[in-house]
Amino acid sequence: MSEYLLLLLSTALVNNVVLVKFLGLCPFMGISKKMDTALSMGLATTFVITFTTAGSWLLEHWLLIPLGIEYLRILTYILVIAAVVQFTEMVIRKVSPPLYQVLGIYLPLITTNCAVLGLPLLNVQEKSGFAVSLIGGFGSSVGFTLVLVLFAGMRERIALASVPPAFSGAPIAFITAGILALAFMGFAGLVPH
Amino acid sequence: MITAIASLTILGAILGLILGVAARVFRVEGNALVAELTDILPGSQCGQCGFPGCSGAAQALAEGHAPVTLCPPGGRAVALALAAKLGVEADVSGVQDARPMIAEVREELCIGCTRCFKVCPTDAIMGAAQQIHSVFREACTACGKCEAVCPTESITLQPVQLTLHAWYWHKPVTQTTIAA
Amino acid sequence: MKLFKLRGGVHPQGWKELASEREIRILPLPERLFVPLQQHVGAPAQPLVRVGEHVLKGQLIAASQGFISAAVHSPTSGRISAIGDYAAAHPSGLTAPTVTIASDGDDRWLDTDVPADPFLLTPEDIAARVGKAGIVGLGGATFPSAVKLNLSRKNNVHTLIINGGECEPYITCDDRLMREHASNIIEGVRLIRHAVGAVNVMVGIEENKPAALFAMQTAAAGTEVKVIAVPAMYPMGWDKQMIRALTGREVPADGRSADIGVLVHNVATAFAVRDAVRFGRPLVSRLVTVSGGAVAEPGNLMVPVGTLVETLFGYCGGFSSKPARLVLGGPMMGMELSTINVPVVKGTSGVLALTKGEIGREQASPCIRCSSCIRACPVGLLPLQMAAHIRAGDSAGAVSQGLKDCIACGCCSFVCPSHIPLVHYFNFAKGELMEQERGKLKQEATKKLADERIARIQRIEQERQAAAAKRKAAREARELAAKAGTV
Repeated sequence: MSEYLLLLLSTALVNNVVLVKFLGLCPFMGISKKMDTALSMGLATTFVITFTTAGSWLLEHWLLIPLGIEYLRILTYILVIAAVVQFTEMVIRKVSPPLYQVLGIYLPLITTNCAVLGLPLLNVQEKSGFAVSLIGGFGSSVGFTLVLVLFAGMRERIALASVPPAFSGAPIAFITAGILALAFMGFAGLVPH
Repeated sequence: MITAIASLTILGAILGLILGVAARVFRVEGNALVAELTDILPGSQCGQCGFPGCSGAAQALAEGHAPVTLCPPGGRAVALALAAKLGVEADVSGVQDARPMIAEVREELCIGCTRCFKVCPTDAIMGAAQQIHSVFREACTACGKCEAVCPTESITLQPVQLTLHAWYWHKPVTQTTIAA
Repeated sequence: MKLFKLRGGVHPQGWKELASEREIRILPLPERLFVPLQQHVGAPAQPLVRVGEHVLKGQLIAASQGFISAAVHSPTSGRISAIGDYAAAHPSGLTAPTVTIASDGDDRWLDTDVPADPFLLTPEDIAARVGKAGIVGLGGATFPSAVKLNLSRKNNVHTLIINGGECEPYITCDDRLMREHASNIIEGVRLIRHAVGAVNVMVGIEENKPAALFAMQTAAAGTEVKVIAVPAMYPMGWDKQMIRALTGREVPADGRSADIGVLVHNVATAFAVRDAVRFGRPLVSRLVTVSGGAVAEPGNLMVPVGTLVETLFGYCGGFSSKPARLVLGGPMMGMELSTINVPVVKGTSGVLALTKGEIGREQASPCIRCSSCIRACPVGLLPLQMAAHIRAGDSAGAVSQGLKDCIACGCCSFVCPSHIPLVHYFNFAKGELMEQERGKLKQEATKKLADERIARIQRIEQERQAAAAKRKAAREARELAAKAGTV
């Protein structure tokens, strides 16, 4: 049990998908101007990642390996991802039209979020079991949400500050992201060497 | 080769079936957003945005055919509210709140033709044939429709005089050296 | 008595010594008085007199209308020379409806209704008399006092606090009033207590006014009124700060002091209540401090409402140097005046002519996030954060940080090392929000009117069609009958 907890913690914080592995940077910069939309985006991505890691593990072990067609891995994974994203989009559109508007183009773009494809591929590479894949995927997406919300909070504050003209807009956002990444390196100390 | 084609085809068919069912279950009737947007708009049906009334404008906004800055009488406040609802970045710097105006009748020119009060969308003009018309200040939205139809240029939009009640401090101008 | 800990506050230089040792003088009656119809919070009073009419001192010239409003009385006897717009005591320099009275020099009082013993009056009667006398809060808020008395009685107020804080620098009118008319104030306090049925009565006086404290303690000896020294700090005269110091209780953010069973009145209001109830004399004059480095002989003057500020400075020897700024009220919360041709109103506690050395107008520089303003804020807000929101054009964000609880006391601007005009930002944002509120109300009304119009047009169209159908049916019936007749 403690092993799974440690897995959750290490995927969320120590090996953070955005700030340490540098995956999923597109929504990280795109949907981080307001905290509430960042949280919604994070939750939608969490939903998608958790389902696709589970779905792709099942496909890997029940379909691709038995039939010996591992070379179709990326193709099948993308198929699953696209289907889950489509499903999420439908649900959000039904449940919350304003949120659907707010997420806009970034909602279908979850499909091309490299974190979503990257995590199942990493699971294959490390030959993880089903539970480990699922918990790892969930932990990573929680880390993604956490970082997105933190970053959005910082950008909300920066929007109020008098930023020098040369730095206003994207440059100060990148600098902030860099400092946030430095801060997350501190979590490496959680793992005993 | 055959296995690969067959397995991908079957996989695609199954996922497509699930999505098809989901599309039925989660079908959205109409667009709730249009109603919410209509509530934000002034509702005076003045037509200054170029759409037929406020519900038409809301429809266009929801479909993304119109900018949030489309409503001149709404000014900055409405543009910001629309942007917040639609979750888009609004560049409201170009939207100047028009100085509050009000229609006024120059009584020596009014011929009592009744054209203005027939077009007034808020019933803000009182009058009858061959009678001098006058404007209810509280109801006038300064849409300018009356000004356009008046044959004698008797009814015109005039700036509202600032009252003690409506006055407030201007925004401070700070000259910070490194401010954005 | 144990006092309770206070939050925030600042200690600006007092400058009270300029006028505090000057006895109250009575201003000679000016030739013309300009009496604005709105000298209070709420709806403006409705004028009852006509141009050319002769009025007596204390005669009602404008009646209160609506629930929150106050009556206006003639400050002297004379003839109404004009009713119209006149420059208002306001930083905008805009005009306000004003009644102009040309004095006849007699200063003759209207015959008033004097009760034998005011303490035998019913509480309702006292409140009614206070309302009839047009008394408003003289500490500066100008809230109609009768409304406060009635609300307090309904809310079963148990504690009456009389505010002798007078924390604004320069202003000494309450100080002088307490020194010279302590027994009258105490009588007024006891009348207010009688009117609301309060159990505890406390008078809070800042400890930098020992003479006033002594006079009031002497006058209150043997009565149920307790006179208590409170620390000298700004804004001690803010009613909620006074409540916190004396009772340790905090008024909820969106509530009134009556919600926690406390009523607060100013000492000058108590004095006016005594005049109104014992002698039936309405509020037509008040004590005003004339001070500042640019005034030749600062002092405290008993002034009829409607006197021009110019007259006050003239009586105090004019300006000894060119004033850099004219202020109505205190320097912290008062209003900058662009002209001295504006009338004194019921809420005017002082008029100041400040020299360049006294104002200090420095260029604002960026916020260094030192948080001095947070420590100074008596409400416990984050002024720097609110101002940042407002500067970025996000007034709604400032509201979420508590802008509506800001009392515009100016402590934050006072302590800011970057000289950021924080309170100016808040005043601007409050005004903008008010305007948005008004706009929203108008929009709702507009929407209703437009909907009604559409419904009406549809109804008329339907009726027209129905009538046409009916006519057609009748015509066909007639034709049928005619046909049947011919056959």
